[in-house]
Amino acid sequence: MKATISSDSFAVASGVDSVVVELNRHDLSVIKTGSYGLAWLEPVLELEIDSVETTYRNVTPQAIESILKSRANKKHDLQIPNIETHSYYSTQQRLVFDDSGIKPPVTVPDCSLLDSVLNLSPTEIIDAIETSGLRGRGGAGFPAHIKWRTVATTESDQKYIVCNADEGDSGTFSDRMLMEADPFKLIVGMIITGYATGATEGYIYLRSEYPVALNFLQQAIDIAYRENLLGKNIRDSNIDFDLDIFVGAGAYICGEETSLLESLEGKRGEIRSKPPLPAIAGLLGKPTLVHNVISLASVPGIFQIGAAEYGALGVGRSTGTMPFQISGNVRQGGLIELPFGPTVRTLVENYGQGTLSGRPLRTVQIGGPLGAYLTEDELDTPLTYEHLMEIGAGIGHGGLVVFDDTVDMREQAEYAFEFCEIESCGKCTPCRIGSVRGKETVSQMRNKPGGDRIRLIEDLCDVMEKASLCQMGGMTPIPVRSAMQKFPEDFRGVKP
Amino acid sequence: MSTSPHDFSNRELKISDKQQALRDGIAPYASQLGGLIRALHWVQHKFGYINPEHYVDIADVFNLSVAEVRGVVSFYHDFRTSPPPKHTIRICQAEACQAQGVRALTEAVEERLNTKMNSQTSDGLIELKAVYCLGLCSLGPSMEINGELIAKATVKDLERVKR
Repeated sequence: MKATISSDSFAVASGVDSVVVELNRHDLSVIKTGSYGLAWLEPVLELEIDSVETTYRNVTPQAIESILKSRANKKHDLQIPNIETHSYYSTQQRLVFDDSGIKPPVTVPDCSLLDSVLNLSPTEIIDAIETSGLRGRGGAGFPAHIKWRTVATTESDQKYIVCNADEGDSGTFSDRMLMEADPFKLIVGMIITGYATGATEGYIYLRSEYPVALNFLQQAIDIAYRENLLGKNIRDSNIDFDLDIFVGAGAYICGEETSLLESLEGKRGEIRSKPPLPAIAGLLGKPTLVHNVISLASVPGIFQIGAAEYGALGVGRSTGTMPFQISGNVRQGGLIELPFGPTVRTLVENYGQGTLSGRPLRTVQIGGPLGAYLTEDELDTPLTYEHLMEIGAGIGHGGLVVFDDTVDMREQAEYAFEFCEIESCGKCTPCRIGSVRGKETVSQMRNKPGGDRIRLIEDLCDVMEKASLCQMGGMTPIPVRSAMQKFPEDFRGVKP
Repeated sequence: MSTSPHDFSNRELKISDKQQALRDGIAPYASQLGGLIRALHWVQHKFGYINPEHYVDIADVFNLSVAEVRGVVSFYHDFRTSPPPKHTIRICQAEACQAQGVRALTEAVEERLNTKMNSQTSDGLIELKAVYCLGLCSLGPSMEINGELIAKATVKDLERVKR
């Protein structure tokens, strides 16, 4: 009998460790994997007896006894269809998360894809990235090949690849899931990126809130060095690439690339003025390619299916697949990797199955704490960079947070300012002081009509948007304005 | 010639065993990229907090000013400059958890512990801290008790804290 159980943070937080103890007590050895991304079912247990696989959801230590007994006769209450046949999973198109949940995270990887890519020239690789249409998955959506080519063509004795794993946006967890389920995907992506741009050193800037990811990543890097995937002359290709993890210390702003570089140099994470762009003068003043985890982990998939085919996925200039994440007040929260283009409604209703509370949905916030609140009508917007831009929203990191009708949008606007106040690096005035004034002013509207305060906040948002040095202050107005403009009834001083 | 009280050049620096242990512990990080933050993590892991009295040692090893060390320590939410209480409870305050009732949960926890967010109980045993996203957004509200992650947290989870 073979027992496979997810052991990523979703499962750990749902008590998987005590389930494993119980399985061991029944003399079952357990294979630990990452999560399939069907978060509401965690911990998911798969039992294989005589090559017949049975899957169970929300497994607790108390349920193990009855699960093991039930196999002989009838179906157990916690039994569900095998994940591969579950419609939530089988309808996805997975290129980044194809191995997640299936393979144990830290077994020796198959290197055939990497070997074949390292046989291409750096120019051929960058051309393929251009053909694929890959754009940065961290939020800005900047065409990846432009950054790659800039780093590749900038003369320097040293270049760096920096992976931004400072996934601080609420409602996003795809970076974490990938690092906990398939860290080699990221490592291989970084090696290819390093080879193509001439960078021989890579750093993964990991947020400190992800201890489980740190553990898997470190094990994976150790194996990669042992297997000559990292270090000198990797895979006998005359290519050198070293990789190290740097753990942050709790600062949302360090997800901004220049702030991240400052922090990686051991300093306060205060943002830098741009230009120069990091691709020209980044880490220690050297050309540096900064990419988010999913951008880098998308690279192997491009070569797996071919750049042209990858570029044909999606809609218009939003090519390839995107791991969307649904969370908040939703029945079936989790990760859904699909080509760009499904509507918000498809994700929230078909996959998410509506609100967990059963109450009417009021809004969905898309793209993290600096993202817009959408109205019910806007749920029919296709998830592409372009379509969202048309309604003043952004795809961000692919996170969708669902709220039911108990949400107070004035409270959400106040929180947007408050979050900016807490996490501002303090370097520029609009962000540092604007956030404080904004919070105070929205707070004053708690029981009083908005009146002049609405105009005051509009003014403040203008200043923050136009005069902030980075997107922390520059985009805080997005959730604030979307809340005020689309849900004005919550700003009239009387709770609806 | 009288010497200024700020002239330290002729004074013998007295270094205690504890200071020396700290200096030895962080010395390997001095040559690493981002070594100061790596070293501060080490100090906090080893001693539970970063004692401001040690800024001068850290500054010395990294060839920085005390102000620079203090500046880095104070920038990051993780670094603490006072000894940690026996228990630390962190509750995610961000949007996905808000949508799943974390405001009500926080109030209930504050009431149960008779303390406010980002402060300690009167007996000094428990610290309640805000955190902005633990990456468990589909299973909120999320809480962390002494490093242990908890999905779909309720007030009942406080029973895991054994005073």
